[in-house]
Amino acid sequence: MSADFYYGVEVFLNGLMAGVLYALVALGFVLIYKASGIFNYAQGVMALFAALTLASIIEGQVPFARLINATFGTEIHDFGWRVPVLLAIVLSIGVMVAFAWLVQRLVFRHLVGQAPIILFMATIGLAYFLEGFGDLMWGSEIKTLDIGIPQGGNRWIEEHSAFLGGDDFYGFFIDNLDIVAALVAAVLVAGLVAFAQYSKQGRAMRAVADDHQAALSVGISLDFIWVLVWSLAGFVALVAGVMWGAKSGVQFSLSLIALKALPVLMLGGFTSIPGAIVGGLIIGVGEKLFEYLVGAPYLGGATENWFAYVVALLFLVFRPQGLFGEKIIERV
Amino acid sequence: MFYREAGDFKTSYKADNQTFPIRFDRYRFYAVLAVAWLVIPFVINDYLANAILLPFLIYSIAAIGLNILTGFAGQVSLGTGGFMAVGAYSAYKLMTAFPDVNVLIHVVLAGFITAAVGAAFGLPSLRIKGFYLAVATLAAQFFLVWLFNKVAWFYNYSASGQINAPERTVLGVPVTGANTAPWAAYLVCLGFVTVAALIARNLTRGTLGRKWMAIRDMDIAAEIIGVNPLTAKLSAFAVSSFFVGVAGALFFAIYLGAVEVGEAFGIQKSFLVLFMVIIGGLGSIFGSFAGAAFLVTLPVVLKLVGVDLLGWPTDLVAHFQLVIIGALIMFFLIAEPHGLAQLWRVAKEKLRLWPFPH
Amino acid sequence: MQDAGTTITADGRTIGPVVMEMKNITLRFGGVVAIQDISFDIREGEIRAIIGPNGAGKSSMLNVISGFYVPQEGEVWFKGEKRPPMKPFEVARQGIARTFQNIALFEGMTVLDNIMTGRLTRMKAGLLAQMIWKGRAEEEEIENREAVEKIIDFLEIQHIRKTPVGRLPYGLKKRVELARALAAEPSILLLDEPMAGMNVEEKEDMSRFILDVNDEYGTTIALIEHDMGVVMDLSDRVVVMDYGKKIGDGTPDEVRNNQAVIDAYLGVAHD
Repeated sequence: MSADFYYGVEVFLNGLMAGVLYALVALGFVLIYKASGIFNYAQGVMALFAALTLASIIEGQVPFARLINATFGTEIHDFGWRVPVLLAIVLSIGVMVAFAWLVQRLVFRHLVGQAPIILFMATIGLAYFLEGFGDLMWGSEIKTLDIGIPQGGNRWIEEHSAFLGGDDFYGFFIDNLDIVAALVAAVLVAGLVAFAQYSKQGRAMRAVADDHQAALSVGISLDFIWVLVWSLAGFVALVAGVMWGAKSGVQFSLSLIALKALPVLMLGGFTSIPGAIVGGLIIGVGEKLFEYLVGAPYLGGATENWFAYVVALLFLVFRPQGLFGEKIIERV
Repeated sequence: MFYREAGDFKTSYKADNQTFPIRFDRYRFYAVLAVAWLVIPFVINDYLANAILLPFLIYSIAAIGLNILTGFAGQVSLGTGGFMAVGAYSAYKLMTAFPDVNVLIHVVLAGFITAAVGAAFGLPSLRIKGFYLAVATLAAQFFLVWLFNKVAWFYNYSASGQINAPERTVLGVPVTGANTAPWAAYLVCLGFVTVAALIARNLTRGTLGRKWMAIRDMDIAAEIIGVNPLTAKLSAFAVSSFFVGVAGALFFAIYLGAVEVGEAFGIQKSFLVLFMVIIGGLGSIFGSFAGAAFLVTLPVVLKLVGVDLLGWPTDLVAHFQLVIIGALIMFFLIAEPHGLAQLWRVAKEKLRLWPFPH
Repeated sequence: MQDAGTTITADGRTIGPVVMEMKNITLRFGGVVAIQDISFDIREGEIRAIIGPNGAGKSSMLNVISGFYVPQEGEVWFKGEKRPPMKPFEVARQGIARTFQNIALFEGMTVLDNIMTGRLTRMKAGLLAQMIWKGRAEEEEIENREAVEKIIDFLEIQHIRKTPVGRLPYGLKKRVELARALAAEPSILLLDEPMAGMNVEEKEDMSRFILDVNDEYGTTIALIEHDMGVVMDLSDRVVVMDYGKKIGDGTPDEVRNNQAVIDAYLGVAHD
């Protein structure tokens, strides 16, 4: 085998790792969609907001510092302490739960029974709001997020795969961070599935997903379940945000991954957790390989911008329910 | 006081079919037209034209276009920015390839080209609905922007990758390029807006409009009364894209003059126009104007209040703008899905009974 | 009674030759047989009822007629010609209109606009004429408006002409839906449970409208209904279905005395 082939394999592996992160965001989508039928466009911004919150809490930043300074002419910036990472994570989760509660209380409670597309557009509004709010609260400069995840290429894999490709090949370069992300994602998914399958709340969640009114009639509180689901999605967003943030800094482009998660869902189906994962991996690998094999050499590059959407579009036309989604049956 | 419809009876269906069945509304409409055509051109200045009037008029056309697709035919599109780019680049290619043809004709032709592209990207709507379709239109958005960025033929191989509008005249008066007077640019846009609004109004109150609305409200029932979903949806995409393309062409040729595709026609533009339609009112031509006016003036007002009055830094004001727009979108979807147009209608109902509401 | 010629009923209406004929229709969904080898005909000007217990396949039958389902076996003959597989909108253009069990109106449009949609297949103005609202477009709008206003008068819904349909109560919605179907001036009108969920008074109103439509416009009507009393009073001939099979066909009197029908309704165990 030539070195080119092994570089192709490396691209494949890196695509797989990027796919894990897409899948993480997509997972948040699926959770909310299953339980409430809301297609949450704001999931990506939630990831941004969560990561921003975590980074800022660790640095001990004063919320709304710039606004306070601009209004009162003060010069405050931070409290002057650093919060331990674990405590900061707990606090961030608290913020996301509060956010979930507010969103349910102030917005989606008033939109129950509306057409899905209205709910979708509401979440676009929510995304704008949250983006502006996050910037107001914590500032819009790029933040580094270091919570002790190892970074850089994994030496062990590099050294032990170098022999494969002869002299031109120096071994697979795979970022430690990506490996951690994959492990965390696996644990997270396993945890969520266990929660949904075996806990009382999980069962209630599935009941709500199946039929709102039937769930109500057996005494399940829809409000509670929806807050729970938004909180879980907030938690997933935090994890996804931390992984992306650690990789490329906490900045606005993070919220654009939400857009990437949309084609992932098109592929995987909106209602399937395994679908979100497989879809994420396919998109991650597909766009990297396409760029490597076709995009960069023949099309001038940057095909990653649209590859996922075009694949999703083709998929939709020929298999609208995605790979794993439930078949859409229309009744007359 | 004078807002009365009592005594304003109709004796023919023709009279009942008017756009403004109430006499007072009709006169007010003529008055607005008169001010727009006969007064504003004489008082316009550079700031007024560039900060408010030109973007307002151009976005109105785009919003009318998207409203036809989303508000009337019920197909949500997030590809407006991409379709505006098609209009802009078509206009550019036409202007540079056929410099002797009138630029107004180029703008119309750009609309037709965009209509064809829009109809092509509308094809998936035959299989998929709702936000599935919305996401599918994202493919158009990203693919088109990438295309205009990467294929040098579209920007005539210019080194910067930008397109620049060459100077073109109408009746000897320059309307594009650096020497354009604000009133000339304004009148061109106003002309297009007036025609676009009339066409949109006529189409939506007639046969085609009913087909669109039938598809929007219940596609199965639409089929059972003989509406071909293929032609109804594709015609909505085509007509909508025509207006969006004209808006894109004007945005480039008349308003900006020079365009870099990712900046001018990115995904944010798609959302902006969608927000205009939601805030203004889905399924209302008047709402398209209201939404465009609102979202064009909001940043101007915020800047006046935030930066000039309170002395805040500009980026802080920009963040506030996001918060306000996001909150407004959610507010309108919850409280008034028919947008500003419905608020206006309710206000008129109240006014009609004033001062004796009971 | 069953010959192809024209007959006059007891109350003086003319019933013409066969206009639609279903021949050996079989419809399956996966392994489930919804309709099994059913044949019957509909004659011009008659009121034809399809009855049967829940799940008998009545609605599926109507959906076959209006083109939503394509049967695996069997033929549909319309006006003496075999009908190729068609999309619902093509069926509509042939002059077959229908209503739905769960009202299928355009909720965002006014009553007037809803009924006007019933005449869409008759409006032929080109795009240009529609854009400038002159010539053909305007004339057509007015001609069809006149026709629609007659139906509005006929069904006594003048007062809600400009009300959005979403705001109407159930009974009126049913009436508007009938109006929309009538506006198409169909040669066959299919009614899927036109009286479901109505009280006695509303049922009487609706029965009167159905009879009047048939009487005044000579419209052929095929309807599904659960209320046996109503069916027996209204219809000229009745098809009885049970578990996807036809178990009876004839005049109301014949059907009433048919042992298989009595068994189906009184619940004799199926073997």
